[in-house]
Amino acid sequence: MAITMTLNGKAVSVDVPQNMPLLWVLRDELEMCGTKFGCGIGQCGACTVHQDGQPIRSCLTPVASVAGKKITTIEGLSPEGAHALQKAWMELDVPQCGYCQAGQLMSAAALLAKNSNPTDADIENAMDGNLCRCGTYIRIKKAVHLAVRMLNGSSPSEANNNE
Amino acid sequence: MSNYTYGESRPALERVSETTRLAQEAYANYDQSVQMLDRRGFVGTVLSASALVLGVAVNPSEATAAPTTWQPSVYLGFEADGTVVIMAHRSEMGTSSRTTLPMMLADELEADWKKVRVEQALGDEKYGSQNTDGSCSVRDFGMAMHKAGATARTMFERAAAQKWGVQPGDVAADQGKVVNGKTKKSLTYAELLPIAAKMEVPKEHELRMKTPDQYKLIGKKVPMLDEHNIVMGKATFGMDAKVPGMLVAMVERPPVYGSKVKSFDNTAALAVKGVQKTVELPMFKQPHLFQQLGGVAVLGDSTWAVMQGRKKLKIDWEKSPNDSYNSADEKKFLLDSVLKPGKVVRNRGDVDAAFATSAKTHEANYYAPLLSHAPMEPPVAVAEFKNGKVETWCPTQNPQAVQEAVAAAMGIPKTDVICHVTLLGGGFGRKSKPDYVVEAALLSKATGKPVKVIWTREDDIKFDYYHTVSGMHMKAGMDANGKLNSWLFRSAFPPIASTFAPGMQYGAEFEVGMGLNELPYDIPNIRGENCPAPNHLRLGWMRAVAHVYHAFGIHSFLDELAVLNNTNYADYMLKSLGPNRNIDLSKDGVKPWNNGQPISKFPISTGRLRRVLEQVVEQSGYGKQKSGNGRGFGIAAHRSFLSYIASVVEVEVDKNGKVTIPNVWTVADCGTVVNPDRVVSQFEGAAVFGTSVAMLGEISAANGRIQQSNFNDYQVARLTESPRNIQVSIVPSKEPAAGVGEPGVPVIVPAITNAIFAATGKRVRDLPVRRTKLV
Repeated sequence: MAITMTLNGKAVSVDVPQNMPLLWVLRDELEMCGTKFGCGIGQCGACTVHQDGQPIRSCLTPVASVAGKKITTIEGLSPEGAHALQKAWMELDVPQCGYCQAGQLMSAAALLAKNSNPTDADIENAMDGNLCRCGTYIRIKKAVHLAVRMLNGSSPSEANNNE
Repeated sequence: MSNYTYGESRPALERVSETTRLAQEAYANYDQSVQMLDRRGFVGTVLSASALVLGVAVNPSEATAAPTTWQPSVYLGFEADGTVVIMAHRSEMGTSSRTTLPMMLADELEADWKKVRVEQALGDEKYGSQNTDGSCSVRDFGMAMHKAGATARTMFERAAAQKWGVQPGDVAADQGKVVNGKTKKSLTYAELLPIAAKMEVPKEHELRMKTPDQYKLIGKKVPMLDEHNIVMGKATFGMDAKVPGMLVAMVERPPVYGSKVKSFDNTAALAVKGVQKTVELPMFKQPHLFQQLGGVAVLGDSTWAVMQGRKKLKIDWEKSPNDSYNSADEKKFLLDSVLKPGKVVRNRGDVDAAFATSAKTHEANYYAPLLSHAPMEPPVAVAEFKNGKVETWCPTQNPQAVQEAVAAAMGIPKTDVICHVTLLGGGFGRKSKPDYVVEAALLSKATGKPVKVIWTREDDIKFDYYHTVSGMHMKAGMDANGKLNSWLFRSAFPPIASTFAPGMQYGAEFEVGMGLNELPYDIPNIRGENCPAPNHLRLGWMRAVAHVYHAFGIHSFLDELAVLNNTNYADYMLKSLGPNRNIDLSKDGVKPWNNGQPISKFPISTGRLRRVLEQVVEQSGYGKQKSGNGRGFGIAAHRSFLSYIASVVEVEVDKNGKVTIPNVWTVADCGTVVNPDRVVSQFEGAAVFGTSVAMLGEISAANGRIQQSNFNDYQVARLTESPRNIQVSIVPSKEPAAGVGEPGVPVIVPAITNAIFAATGKRVRDLPVRRTKLV
């Protein structure tokens, strides 16, 4: 039986086993490979997407449970890379290998959506579930703060210089 | 390499040296820039499959039809519209090789960086080594990039001068065009292409390299080329590679190293919807090299179906000689092994005589467990066997090793293996061992379809080429003033050499050469010994390799000696280093490994080591900052990968024994730096990687089976477990470019344990720290 959801603003329907994790539906069935496989047990956060604005681990989310829900993936965060977090990530050159960064960005985006001025502790709390083996954590924290300043009206370089 | 077999009649010594050669070759530390000096390199044909348009070879004797495209070097080509195409022949796993080498070429070429297209090279020995390992991309290929850029620039300048009828000295290249100094007229590279391509290739001595003040990219912050795609979720990693009609495969591998499939029942697996077939993979033959482990593969239409199917396989495994392998026993064995004399790998003076007459002696044993690389992207590969050839798309650090290993497994020439290199979701050494690509190729041949082999995290943790386990014994003698007069350093570790020659119990030259035989201290009596240790697993190099455990032993012990003499590590080490000089290991019977580089070009300089140590002390306030009551500062300074690194770590240990790391200061002297922000980022990352090693990492075996399976029980540092601030300073230097990717790791581990001692009085000699109750 087909399962319908709203994916990055568009209705999509998939005919797959009910218990297939959303991660593999995205990657194998819908050819949307921005969301990454890292552990399959909800330990690393590489597969983070939003379900109705909340960050979820798509590797542990049976597709049937998102029927009728709004799902946002990294591809839907901002079509031109215009999200403040994406700009901040580039301004501070956060990525190294880059594999975990879609998940990092989605966790950070969910945080900013509900907390417009997070403290270091808020960021740590929201993002401790996202592993980065290259060790980009300090830039991730800085970039979240930078994105906040950009959302408050500074350009990326101004916001960076006014740190 | 894979075709090599070991003759039993071969004398032992040669066997050892052959092993060393193989392991070293695999670890790739030769001066690969030699390739570039070969003029044949200037008349290459095609760049890569995706740039076939460039397939017009340059032949200076053909004065007829002007070529519309031009490839003056294997690393460089031009399209008719003047677009500069630079081949990234090294792999991108986050260190920025794919950006930094092309930017060097572009700078020397005076190309407009915005108009440069970088293409990832296929595996091909014409590029020289592509093994992105050993922290040597800039070191070994920087000059090749400069020469390629300068060669083409010179030809453009000469072409313009010829066209204008002026002297070459009257024109100068500037950002994709050549300007006439007198008339200020200019011609673009695109306009000059037909003339330049037919000019005689200048000889090396005719090249005029830019001076550093003329650099427009080198020494500046240049973001990674793939950054935008990464934040957009559009970057293509190996995990994202797809080929039409491909099957997805997962392999159930032998739970104990070296066990074979006795029999298996695939009925339930095949009943899973979407599963198409199962294929038994043969077990590897010794020496292991980069072969598959063996097992049973499940293949099907989707990852999920295959995952479900694999769980339903019933496999009976044969016994393995490693069934009784237990990490607890091995720890005992290693720590026992280092209490007995081993193979002497360095000797100066007479440590035993010195111990007998020393005012005091001190000894300590250290242990560091097995580790897994655990890159965020597990191993994965797509391969298609068709018409006797293999085409593969994979995240590999070493596409030529892919060609060799796949060719050996399939019985085809390595030139019939086409290897496309995707981005790597982390490598750390794991992805220079292409066993996973071999699996995909074998399965494609068996099924007649393209196959994508996906490793789950459990597969990755349980079937790695592990970073080896080690035991070390240190003993030092001092005079009445505490001055060091003797140091015995024994190390036992199942060697990586055993992956290349079964039964090897002593380290290859590069394993011994990483820390064990190169203590830089001014001590009259030094002996290094390598004690034997048999192997029961597949071992391989991981970021910083043997320096990780050797630096842990050396710098923990130095800290102990400092404490024993009522001083601190920095003061004690500065005294022990003696006067600024280059260390001559040959006097101690050591041919220095030195990352395969001549000691004349990369001497072991105590002055450079002293400078990074002094600078990190100054920047961190180490020695002035108060330690104790749960807060402590630790330090270590170590030369590795030809770079000199010192780090200070601040820890806080709360009343429950929980460790947090508020600050890390790192000072790095890596010689000439090309892309400074990317260098800084590597040292930031190394502080986190080192934190995982020190605090958390441990792989262990029970009855031959690896006990860890995923990030829940093989932990790597999370955001809150990592240093909260990391301050990296790069020492300005005109010395030759040295290593960057790895040398930041070794210092962090002892700096953390030394800081924990300062904070708590607990000396951690067994890693990881979490095994020790600190409060």
